[in-house]
Amino acid sequence: MRAVVGTDAMLLVRALRDPTSVLDLDADGWTALLTIARAEQLAGTLAHRLHGLAVPPAVAATLADARQIAEHARRTALWEATVVARVLLPLGVTVVLLKGTAYAASGLAAGQGRSIGDCDILVPREALETVETALIAAGWEWVKPDPYDDAYYRRWMHELPPLIHRERDRMIDVHHTILPLTARPKPDAAALIADAVPLGNGLSVLSPTDMIVHAAAHLFADGDLAGGLRNLWDIRCLIEEFGKDRLADRAAHHGLTAPVARAVRLAEALFGDGRTTDHLFRRRLLARDGWGRAIRPATRLGFYVRSHWLRMPPAMLARHLWVKWRRGAPARG
Amino acid sequence: MRHSVHLRIGPAAFRIGSDWAAPVDALADLYRDYPVPDVPDFTVRLEATRPWRRWLRPSVQITGDYMLPEAAPLPLAHGLLAAEMGMNLQVALGWRRHLLLHASAVERNGRALLMSGESGAGKSTLAALLMGRGWRLMGDEFALIAPATGMAHAFPRLVSLKGGAIGAVAGDRWGPLLPCTPKGDIRHLVPDARAIAAMDEPARPALLLFPRYGETRAVREMPASEAFVRLTQASTNYTLLGEAGFTALTRLVTEVPALAIDYPDSETALAMVEELWP
Repeated sequence: MRAVVGTDAMLLVRALRDPTSVLDLDADGWTALLTIARAEQLAGTLAHRLHGLAVPPAVAATLADARQIAEHARRTALWEATVVARVLLPLGVTVVLLKGTAYAASGLAAGQGRSIGDCDILVPREALETVETALIAAGWEWVKPDPYDDAYYRRWMHELPPLIHRERDRMIDVHHTILPLTARPKPDAAALIADAVPLGNGLSVLSPTDMIVHAAAHLFADGDLAGGLRNLWDIRCLIEEFGKDRLADRAAHHGLTAPVARAVRLAEALFGDGRTTDHLFRRRLLARDGWGRAIRPATRLGFYVRSHWLRMPPAMLARHLWVKWRRGAPARG
Repeated sequence: MRHSVHLRIGPAAFRIGSDWAAPVDALADLYRDYPVPDVPDFTVRLEATRPWRRWLRPSVQITGDYMLPEAAPLPLAHGLLAAEMGMNLQVALGWRRHLLLHASAVERNGRALLMSGESGAGKSTLAALLMGRGWRLMGDEFALIAPATGMAHAFPRLVSLKGGAIGAVAGDRWGPLLPCTPKGDIRHLVPDARAIAAMDEPARPALLLFPRYGETRAVREMPASEAFVRLTQASTNYTLLGEAGFTALTRLVTEVPALAIDYPDSETALAMVEELWP
C-alpha cells in the first residue's frame, strides 16, 4: 500500500466508498488513513463505516475513540438544539435546523459519526430581530465585536454575526437564507421555510431536496472547499437516502442548478461508480497528505480567491480586502 | 515528513514528524528504551512556520491531529520541548480511553499516590524525588484513570523539571538544558529503567495529595466534594467523557482519601509523604 500513502486523501475516499478496501493496508497505510480522516473531520464517519471489520487492535482502539468523540458531539449538538428551541419556540417562529444538527436530529445516515461544530439554524428574515433579542436575553453574546465585521454581516451575509453562549461556550449561526446576499444565485428562502419538515418537537429540518441543495450550495457556491470532503460525504449519504427525484427542478428553482449538478457528479465520481470529472475540484478536495498536512498550495489559493469572487462583485471585493488588509486581519474565508 | 520517530508511552503511541533532524534525534535518543508502535494513536508535526523559517531563524510550529489555533511557535533550540508539548497536547485534547488528571503519579506495592496541583506546586519535582527513593514513577504530567476499573495507568514521559528543581534532583540520563523557554529553564529527565519496564502495569489509587510549595508545613483533610471539583478543573477530558467521566471521578474521590499539604522545602514534603502514606 505504500504507493497510496503520501499521495493524497484518495486513501480516505477509497475507504469510505469501499470499506473492505482497508483490509490490504499495512501499518503505514493505516496511520496515513487515520491521520487524513482526522484532518478532514471524518474520523467518526470512517469509524462507523468500518464498524465490524477485522482491523488491527491499535486501529480498533482509535476507531472506538472516534465513535466516542462523535457520540459526544451528537449529544452536545442535540442538547444545544433543545436549549435553542426553549428560547425561540415561545416566540412562534419557525426554527429550521441545518447541516450536522439537522442530520443528527432526523437520524440520517449523513449524521452517523459526523463531527458537529456550531448550531446552525434558519429562521424567516422578518423574525431575525426578535430571534436575536431573545438569544441575547438568554445568554448568547457577540463573538466579533468589531464594528466593520458586524455591519458587514448585517448588510451582506446570509446569517447574523456568530453568537456564543457565555456558559456553554457553544456557537450559534442564525441564517435567514443559505447564501450570502452578495452571491449571484438568490435561493428562495421563503420556500425553504414553507417546505420544511417538522420533527415533532417544535423544530424543523429542510425538505430532503432542499437539504441536498443547501449542502451543494454550501460546498460549491460559497467558501473555499475547506472541509469539503465531509460536505461531499454528506451529499453522497443524502442522495443515497432520498434519491434524486425532483432534485434538478428544485435546484433550478433556487438558481443553483450548476452547484447541485457538480455536487452530484463529484459525489458519484468519488464515492460511487461515476466517471472522473471536475478535475480541479477533485484535486482541491483531495489536497491532504498522509501526515495530515494541507498540500497543493496553489490549488488551495485558487479556490480561496474563487470563494471571494463568488461572494462579492469585484468592486465590493476590492473594498473588503482593502479594509481587511489595513486592519492586518486575514480576510474572511 | 523529512524526519520522524515512533514511540509509545504507557497506553499512548505517537508518530512525531519534523522538518528538522535535531528534535527527532533528541527524542529517539532519550526514548530509546521505549517500545516502538506500528500504528500510533496520534501524529505530532513540528513544522516550519514559513518555508524559509526552516533555515532562517528556524521556528517550530507545533501541529498534529489536535492543535491549538493560537499556539506560539518555539525556536528550534527548544525543539525537544516543542515535541513534548505536541505529545502532551494530543493526549490532553484527544485521549478518550481514560479519565485524564493533570497530576503526577508514583507507585509502591501496587498502590498509587496521585499528586495534583497548579503549575509550580512541585508535582514533577516530588515525583522525580520519590522515583529516587524507591517509588515507581508513573508520570509527572497526567494520571490516567480507567473508567471500568478505577485503576491508575502510567504515562511515564520524560520528567520536565524547571528552574531550581533541575539541580535538586539526581538522575542518570538527562536531555539538554533548555534555557529561557516560555516556562523558564527546562531540563528533561529520563525515567529510570523500572518506570519504563513497568509502564503497562496499572496501580490502585491509594492517596490523593494536593501539594502547595512555599508555605509552612500543614496538612488538611479534604472533603470528597472539594477533591471532586478540583479534579474536574484538573482534567482535560472530564466533560468530553460524559457519564463515564462522572462515574470514574466520583468513584475516585469517594474511595480514595484526599489531603491538601503545604510544604516549605522538598525534604519536608518527602517526609510528609512517607508519614501520610496509608
